[in-house]
Amino acid sequence: MTQKTSTALKTDQMFINFGPQHPSTHGVLRIALTVEGEVVVKADPDVGYLHRGIEKLFEARNYSQALILTDRLDYISAMHNNLAYCLAVERLAGIHAPLRAQYLRVMAAELNRIASHLVFFGTFGVDMGAFTPFLYAFREREMILDLFEMLCGGRLLYSYIRVGGVSVDIPAGWAEMCREFIIFFKPMLKDYDTLLSFNPVFRDRTVNVGRISASQALTWGLSGPNLRASGPDYDVRKAEPYCVYDKLRFKAAVAQNGSCWDRYYCRMLEMGQSADIVLQCLDALAGPELISGEIMAKGVPKMLKPPAGQAYAHIEASRGDLGFYAVSDASISPYRMHVRGPSFINVAILQEILTGCKIADVVAILGSLDIVLGEVDR
Amino acid sequence: MTAGQFFKRVMDLYRWLAVKPSGFTTIMTTEETIQPKISEPVFNYAHGRLLMPGTRYWPMRMWKSPWNLPTYRRGAAVLAGIISGAAAAAWLLGEIPPRIAPFYSMAESYALSHGVNPFLTQLAWTFIKAALLLAVPLVNALFAVWWERKISAHIQSRMGPMYVGRWHGCLQTIADGIKLFLKEDVVPECADKIVHLLAPVVVIIPAILAFAPVPFGRELVYADIDIGTIYVFAVGGVSVMGVIMAGWSSGNKFSLLGGLRAAAQLVSYELPRTFSVIPVIMLAGTLNISAIAGFQAGYWGGILPRWFIFYPVVGQVAFIVFLIASVAETNRVPFDIPEAESELVAGFNTEYSGMKFALFFLSEFAYVLLSSLLMAAFFFGGGEPPLPFLGFLPSWAWFLAKALVIMFCFLWFRWTFPRFRVDRLMDFNWKFLLPVSLLNIAAAGILIWFLS
Repeated sequence: MTQKTSTALKTDQMFINFGPQHPSTHGVLRIALTVEGEVVVKADPDVGYLHRGIEKLFEARNYSQALILTDRLDYISAMHNNLAYCLAVERLAGIHAPLRAQYLRVMAAELNRIASHLVFFGTFGVDMGAFTPFLYAFREREMILDLFEMLCGGRLLYSYIRVGGVSVDIPAGWAEMCREFIIFFKPMLKDYDTLLSFNPVFRDRTVNVGRISASQALTWGLSGPNLRASGPDYDVRKAEPYCVYDKLRFKAAVAQNGSCWDRYYCRMLEMGQSADIVLQCLDALAGPELISGEIMAKGVPKMLKPPAGQAYAHIEASRGDLGFYAVSDASISPYRMHVRGPSFINVAILQEILTGCKIADVVAILGSLDIVLGEVDR
Repeated sequence: MTAGQFFKRVMDLYRWLAVKPSGFTTIMTTEETIQPKISEPVFNYAHGRLLMPGTRYWPMRMWKSPWNLPTYRRGAAVLAGIISGAAAAAWLLGEIPPRIAPFYSMAESYALSHGVNPFLTQLAWTFIKAALLLAVPLVNALFAVWWERKISAHIQSRMGPMYVGRWHGCLQTIADGIKLFLKEDVVPECADKIVHLLAPVVVIIPAILAFAPVPFGRELVYADIDIGTIYVFAVGGVSVMGVIMAGWSSGNKFSLLGGLRAAAQLVSYELPRTFSVIPVIMLAGTLNISAIAGFQAGYWGGILPRWFIFYPVVGQVAFIVFLIASVAETNRVPFDIPEAESELVAGFNTEYSGMKFALFFLSEFAYVLLSSLLMAAFFFGGGEPPLPFLGFLPSWAWFLAKALVIMFCFLWFRWTFPRFRVDRLMDFNWKFLLPVSLLNIAAAGILIWFLS
């Protein structure tokens, strides 16, 4: 990583505003780069260009209205935000969602994880200069969005998972289409590997680039695939199983090197795992004990007034450990709602690992961390 | 014809070009223009998205075996028809120089009978040839841009331009050109105005000049000079000056970085590119490009053409080094780091718009064609047919076909590969390509010693 600097030829350092308007900052992130030729000597990520004050807006809405705000955090995987918010509010109010609703939640969340990682796969390819995987990824993502559109009417912002359950049950024929999609999608992962993952040029750009050691990752509080790529096997679905994850068979994808390629490949493996989980959920939903189950908890009032107190719920979202911390003063709206956005935590490590790498690596590292600015800035 | 009538004609032509391929009634009256009637849906629409006719939207597993689709089979038949039609036309036309010679001698005798100075006649003829040569990169850009868009679209399971020009968007480039021509030419406040203006000119002029000694068939060459190979590399190398000028004068840090990268890359890759041709020159014993192409006539054992690509090891290595270095020279993926979109916004041409930007674009495609033509001449026997019995087609048709196949590879790479990193790019050049090309020269010496 370290670059030998020539003492014979003194050159000026150059300051570059990498963003907020830049093709590969995935939104409005600004990185203040000081470069010496092509080598970065100082990097300073500057966030806040997309700040909308969502945490404050929670306090002016009641619990069911506030759900739509969670969609706007990590808009690439809105299901996970809905889920984490609902888990926190349910813990606050002492509501237990029925089992069928739990399976529906997990299935929707895992489908959304696939969609989210497909966006990562496509945009990471574009960052590396390969444009074609982007369109392949979006072709498959469109099918997931169509499934969601049939399910809940939304293609990007779903508000599907509600406090106490889910809004609607799966429509007729949906499960078959979902199965058809999974059957179509699983072999596609092999295509992606041939096209991008094991492409020599791509590996040359990403293997051993932007390495994060396990201790570094833990120190900076990384989570999700970014953490697991460095070695620690921490997955909230395994560590603190929520919903029905303790009843499902899956393995958290773990890598060792913590380089850009490992982070990338962790997500590729996770897509396959998620597809398996979706199939297991579909099987369970068609099972005799769940086929005619409830999808909403009994007795959830329209105007929810949880008792005074606080609750924290966290889940494994596409980008890491997403937590909602809710404080109630027994009124119709939360007294305080704090979001632990994984992207916001993940973006902080940039200032350490960007130093000493090339400008081209800035793009690779930033892309491999897979941040969504809607969640970073909130 | 009054101006109003002329305008109406132009608008009719435009409407004819811009109208959807089929499904509309052919003549649109004013009322129909306001409220167009769609008689039959031509394409399948699913959730508002356009699909290829004959495909089902869901599931897309259908795409696994496209040959089951009548659309694909029809497409293959149309393609075969186009190729055989073009071959028949080429066969009927035959070689170009004997076709032109009578016209030239007629014009010359006419000029001489009217007492025109023979020198002036020659001069006028040179100008006509130069104008034809100038048309080559321009027509090439018209075709290549459209071709690249179609190839990229089909690689990415899209359809690409489909409307302008009625048949598969074949006039899309003209529409793009008109758009670029009408765009405002923005010069940044802090730019060095004169250098900013000169840079695209410095890029495009060598790109056109470099075509002079390149043959397009047997005896079909503008300037049949003995140092053709050196001339092409020398003149083509001047373009890097324009790229550096563009990067420096824009007053933009991303442009500056792009210009610096371009300088390093293009100058470095000149070396293996030139060295890889030296074995060809050694074997042919001449620097004249058309003579090198002519040297490869004939067949080993009556079947294997005596092309340089078929010389054991030396030919293949030289070709691969030349191909890689040419892709790098033309700034295309995987070597497009001077204009790396995701890193440097658009690199050296960030601050260019309108026709100035179009000139950069034009020169890129001109160099792609130039490299393809050179490769066809150096390694694939120029205008020589691949099999003896295919000699009935004229040499220019073979030359063009070979150049187009190589050009397809250029476009194919672009939509398949990711981009190299700048330092790895330099490593690859200095630590791999250059030694390989130097070793190849030694191997060529040994090969010549064996052959003699």
